[in-house]
Amino acid sequence: MTAAPAQPAIVEMRGITIQFPGVKALDGVDFVLRSGEVHTLMGENGAGKSTLIKALTGVYPIDGGTITVAGEQRVFRGTADAQAAGISTVYQEVNLCTNLSVGENVMLGHEVRRAGLIDWKATHREAARHLTNLGLDIDTRSALSTHSIAIQQLVAISRAMVGEARVLVLDEPTSSLDRSEVEQLFAVMRDVRDRGVAILFVTHFLDQVYEISDRLTVLRNGMLVGEYPAAELPRGELISLMIGRELDELDALSRSAAREIDRDAAPVLEASDLGRKGVLEPADVSVYDGEVVGFAGLLGSGRTELARLLYGADRADSGSTQVRGTPARITTPRHAIDQRIAFSSEDRRAEGIIGDLSVAENIVLGIQAKRGWLRKVGRAEQAALVDEYIAALGVRPADPNRLIKNLSGGNQQKVLLARWLATAPQLIILDEPTRGIDVGAKADIQRKVAELAAQGMSVVFISSELEEVLRLAHRVVVMRDRRKIGELTSHDIEVGDLVDFIADGALESPENVA
Amino acid sequence: MKRILKNRLFWPVLALVALIVINTIARPSFISITVQGGQLYGPLIDILRNSAPLMLVALGMTIVIATRGIDLSVGAVMAVSGAVALTIIEGSSDPNGLGTVLVAIVVGVLVALVLGVWNGFLVAVVGIQPIIATLVLMLAGRGIALLITGGFITTINSEPYKFMAQGYVLGLPFALYVSMAAVVVVALLERRTALGVLTEAVGINPEASRLAGVRSRGIIWGAYAASGLLAGLAGILYSSNIMAADANAAGLYIELDAILAVVLGGTSLMGGKFSLAGTVVGVFTIQTLKSTITFLGVPPAVSPLFLAIVVVIVVLVQSPRLRSVLARASQALRPRNSSPQGGSEVAS
Repeated sequence: MTAAPAQPAIVEMRGITIQFPGVKALDGVDFVLRSGEVHTLMGENGAGKSTLIKALTGVYPIDGGTITVAGEQRVFRGTADAQAAGISTVYQEVNLCTNLSVGENVMLGHEVRRAGLIDWKATHREAARHLTNLGLDIDTRSALSTHSIAIQQLVAISRAMVGEARVLVLDEPTSSLDRSEVEQLFAVMRDVRDRGVAILFVTHFLDQVYEISDRLTVLRNGMLVGEYPAAELPRGELISLMIGRELDELDALSRSAAREIDRDAAPVLEASDLGRKGVLEPADVSVYDGEVVGFAGLLGSGRTELARLLYGADRADSGSTQVRGTPARITTPRHAIDQRIAFSSEDRRAEGIIGDLSVAENIVLGIQAKRGWLRKVGRAEQAALVDEYIAALGVRPADPNRLIKNLSGGNQQKVLLARWLATAPQLIILDEPTRGIDVGAKADIQRKVAELAAQGMSVVFISSELEEVLRLAHRVVVMRDRRKIGELTSHDIEVGDLVDFIADGALESPENVA
Repeated sequence: MKRILKNRLFWPVLALVALIVINTIARPSFISITVQGGQLYGPLIDILRNSAPLMLVALGMTIVIATRGIDLSVGAVMAVSGAVALTIIEGSSDPNGLGTVLVAIVVGVLVALVLGVWNGFLVAVVGIQPIIATLVLMLAGRGIALLITGGFITTINSEPYKFMAQGYVLGLPFALYVSMAAVVVVALLERRTALGVLTEAVGINPEASRLAGVRSRGIIWGAYAASGLLAGLAGILYSSNIMAADANAAGLYIELDAILAVVLGGTSLMGGKFSLAGTVVGVFTIQTLKSTITFLGVPPAVSPLFLAIVVVIVVLVQSPRLRSVLARASQALRPRNSSPQGGSEVAS
């Protein structure tokens, strides 16, 4: 932990406030970034991390507060302003031109010129020099698209260094990297840090937080919890800072999830050899009455793909499905709905909400679609239904006529849940229902899921947060590299075990049914 | 006042009223309505009557646009339905018989419906982009019409057929009843059933709608079918007005007027939320504009330019972006000018 407090602050954000329709994304947050440190921003989904980053990188204008870079107060009107101030960003999805060569990407906008024309030879030489500086040995003339995401990110960092970045923002760069790639990235990060660049880092992996960070800033619910030297903040304390009150509340839940599931009767949904070329290797899945089955795995592990095939959102090219022991062909969402199976997508905005319709219209849409256009849900029926679900799920604001796009993420999610619950499904597939929503809404949704299962509904629950999956699920299907690698009964599984399983693809436990 | 300002129809109606006022100032006889033999006459009545074909086409266009689509073939479909109807009447032994005329109209409209179903098939089933899919028929349709009429402009003498566009019932033009009936039927169909909200859902977010179980294919298909059917009816009115099937002139450029009417009415070309009332206002606005051109004696050579300028002004007045920019500008000016300069209303 090399960063001493004496290091000068390169970025000072004071009292940053950003208001979105219906929700205060950031509320008076202070954040200080010093030269030559790796500073990790921590917080659960929806805590305001990405909003803060977007304020710093000029994507969002701030509604309140000040941003000072190197002692000079700045107003960012766009990302170009932030870049001019020396703030470079490497996003999760790399923002480079994959069809250009590595060298062209590294030197983009800084090409070596001679007599007004680009000297490509010198440009590539210069690119190679920058890459070598970071310990990278890549052919600068190869197309960027031929390299892995990991290499592309390193190229993006090189590019930032060419632009003489003083601040490097790495927003979840490791989410799709394997272990050795992460090591390589960290080596580069340390190197860059030691040259006096301030690195703002975001990750969801706790191990990585402690491995690389000098300092942590914790956000919760759009507010600052505090700033801590990484060495002085134990892991457990960090987690409770991040999730706050939630921990106690959900302990009660985990006990209710320990209920025994009757697996003698035919499963509500059983899929065998369900797969699709290039998307998912054939997998077997079954869900029983009143059971919560968790799908665990990293982003891109195949958990979403499996859920989509089960629902018919994408068409499987192998395997068969049975509903309560009877063969059922599910190749479109309509087929699934006719079997009383519901699916809530992980991409709430693109595949969930109908933004320009009201909360009420969004709730009723599921039932209405099921009934067909001729039998309209009557005004009185709609009002009763909508009021019931708004109250039951605690949708805020409780205004059925508000456009859903103006609600916060958590409340949109509740409305989507209401849409499906209103159709009385026997199985509901929830893909990342708690992503990017505030802690309160998250606890509400988790509680609702446990409650529904206790009442006999079957649930498939997908989340990147393994704690959440373990807390709610009776059984966990573990996915990796577009393949189901095993299945665990979750009573006595610890998060660490699950992480190891996902990482190594094996578990020294007899429960491994793969 | 604020609620009126926020109403989606406020700006379209304002534009229409402004046009009528300008016309009336230029020539007060514009709003005069005279009674001759129990029938109403006057420029305003003419506007109501002449707007009927555009009204029918624009209604269908509204639904299609709500699904994120567009139907360029409406003009050609009008030509086809007129050609079919007139060819039937021309070939019949009893062109003045009510039965003949009814058969001609029904067959003409049904053929148009088939063309609409074809468009819908290309868009909803085959998945061709609407602008391309309907362009096919836009180009081919007039050829089909010419084929039906044998390359000639078919003219007929048929009193019942003439009545469609030129007759009067209870003092008002029959064509107005036809277009108003269409408005009512479409409005009932869209708003009294769930068709409207499902159409909007498909238009706003097709993928989310699909995952929610909405049968979007049927809804999109139906929209094009309805557009074809309404265009067919418009073709009947058009041909009845001139008592001729002119494959080249029937409904020429009406798709553009219809799209314009829909947009003027406040329905976004991006699809989703649509306003039938807005479209009705939009159609009257365009028809009034066209009358304005003849009424004010704008030389034919510059009339397209005149039309374009007025449309740009009307669209600008309706643009929320421009309004907010103007509002901000007037706010920014205020602190410097110690005397506030009244309301910053900008009207055409």
